Amino acid sequence: MSTVEVPSLTHSSHPTTLGLTGDWLTTTDHRRIGRMFVGGAAVWLATMVVVSTILGAERIASDSSLIPADSVLQLFSLVRTLASFGVMIPLFIGLAIIIVPMQVGARAISFARVALLGFYLWLIGSGLIVGAIAANGGPGGGNAQMVDLYLIGLALSILGALAASVSLFTTVLTARTAGLSLSDAPMLAWSSLVGATALLLTLPVMLGTLIFAAVDHHYERIAFGGNEGVMTWLGWAFTQPQTFIYIVVALGVLADMTPVMARAKQPLRGAVVIGLGLLSTALVGTVAQTTHSLNWSGSITDKAKSFVPYALYNLLPVLGIVVVLATALLAVMSGKPKIIAPYFPTALGVGLIMAGMLGNAVQHIEQAGLAGTVFDEAALTYLTYGSVLVAWGALAFWGPRIWGKMLSDVAVVGLGVLGFVATVLASLPYYIAGFANQPADVASDFDYSGPQSLWNVLSTGGHALMALCVLAAVATVVRARMSGATATEDPWDARTLEWSVDGGAR
Amino acid sequence: MSTAATRTLPAGPQPANRNSLIIGTAAVSAAGTMLMFGMLAVWFKFRDASPLRTDAKGKLIHDWLPSEIKVPEVAANTLMITMVIACIMAQWGVYSARRNDSSHTTLATLITGFIGVAAINAQAAIYMQMDMGIRDGAYQTMFYAVTGTMLVLLSSGVAFSLVAMFRATAGRLGDKQVMTAHAMYWYFLTVVFCALWFVVYVQK
Repeated sequence: MSTVEVPSLTHSSHPTTLGLTGDWLTTTDHRRIGRMFVGGAAVWLATMVVVSTILGAERIASDSSLIPADSVLQLFSLVRTLASFGVMIPLFIGLAIIIVPMQVGARAISFARVALLGFYLWLIGSGLIVGAIAANGGPGGGNAQMVDLYLIGLALSILGALAASVSLFTTVLTARTAGLSLSDAPMLAWSSLVGATALLLTLPVMLGTLIFAAVDHHYERIAFGGNEGVMTWLGWAFTQPQTFIYIVVALGVLADMTPVMARAKQPLRGAVVIGLGLLSTALVGTVAQTTHSLNWSGSITDKAKSFVPYALYNLLPVLGIVVVLATALLAVMSGKPKIIAPYFPTALGVGLIMAGMLGNAVQHIEQAGLAGTVFDEAALTYLTYGSVLVAWGALAFWGPRIWGKMLSDVAVVGLGVLGFVATVLASLPYYIAGFANQPADVASDFDYSGPQSLWNVLSTGGHALMALCVLAAVATVVRARMSGATATEDPWDARTLEWSVDGGAR
Repeated sequence: MSTAATRTLPAGPQPANRNSLIIGTAAVSAAGTMLMFGMLAVWFKFRDASPLRTDAKGKLIHDWLPSEIKVPEVAANTLMITMVIACIMAQWGVYSARRNDSSHTTLATLITGFIGVAAINAQAAIYMQMDMGIRDGAYQTMFYAVTGTMLVLLSSGVAFSLVAMFRATAGRLGDKQVMTAHAMYWYFLTVVFCALWFVVYVQK
């Protein structure tokens, strides 16, 4: 009898640090790619929160000069750019890349290397954005080469987001396990599909304008307004309603978590999908690159002519989130809810997002006189920090599947509540200050009747508190990874596909 | 008599769903279409914002295209026809691949790639005939930006053709989806070039 020596299929030795680093850098494992996106977003979130705190401190005394006057516009641009391309987009793309393939029963994400390329493009691009602004570039920057670098960084970030979106889009449509139809796919998968589609249709429009602006600026033309004109042409991508598209996945997180918490099957699943679709109608406004305000004056016909486009651009996305919340309420009413810790930050986060979307609707009523005030900044803060809270809830919920460890319930709920307080503190005072005409993107030399110092102190305190929350959240995850309780196979009794397949938490 | 011991190896990974390539290409094509149409929309915006002047026939026109610039229409029209031929060649590749005809598939993809290179060459010829500087004015800057972006997309199409050709040459004719995706990409390139041709070279 002859014997055949079969080499061992298991690794007997521990990987070296260098080997492990190499594994991570060249990985095609969707969970690692997604975690790199989320980790990068956490770094930029911390940066954004710190810069927001500094800008808030500068505003407390309107005659102060903590930062040079000519840097203020650049720092506001940095906050806006990071909120969209440093936090909201990568956070939800990362979460979707981690979770969606497991939810649809796929062995891997489609075009894993494209997704990894997307991460690197985004990481390099966002790094260039921050570096360029730090070196006097960016919108309104004094160094022409650094303004060019900012535009290149933005283009790379867009390409990265597009590459990852193609990967997600294809995964949901083609990599579902046998028997799982699209109509039965989990809501997070659905929201990822809707969100990826919306990104694929809107970000290229931004890229096209960016190419014009970059070529124009590089060759010292002024058709696009030079360094000052960058935000004029590209600003729509950093504000509402375009930002609604970046947070579509947040609603998917809530819609997936609610039936688990309610111990009931989601009633009216089709309505949830309609809600996600309504939210994505924001892309109509963004592709057109126009804002439609409501001018409630003149004859009935004039009012109707003004109201219809206003409602289409500003109210329809709000209706989307209302539909998703209503179906969540139906699920809770039809089941026997058992509150789980991750639901707290998720529900609070979606509430904050809704506050931001309603704020956007109010802002575009001409009679309110909010154009050019800090009201818009507050709405963006609601959306950004609300998204962060939802992402925190998602990490706590799916963390056991990602790391195999549970996050502390106390930390999850506590940081959720603190984050909620921080967001309200950072945003609500500027809703009020907006009505008092505190100007946007200005940090000094403004004056209006009312307790302007109080609003700015409260807002600064909110940003500072959010900075602490971010640090505490990172510490909580690290601690759970190192010494957290080992999770069971299905700790929430969710009984959905991602908890059933052998994913092998790492 | 010797006894043969058989060892069953673990099942290999499931073959990748090749439809993913078609869906992925469709997504990229949609994004590319939005990119080019977005750029053309900005082009329209600038053209409409330009002041009015009277042309040689006494007609009131937008003063967008500088009067000293002559758009080489013959080269532009040739380029347009070239793109259509590239689509026909790419579709020939799909037809041949479905019949497991390796030589014709290789030839079709090779010609598609060659036509792509010819299209790039035609665009370079247009640049040379127009002989204008990128800094000379808003029209010139935007012309180079929009046609340059199209060139990048065309180059990616040529690269796709080369990859498809090498796969066909290597006998991987089972991957018919690659040929379909390749043809789809060339249809997309032709559609967006058609729009660009009409706006930039015909309407000017």
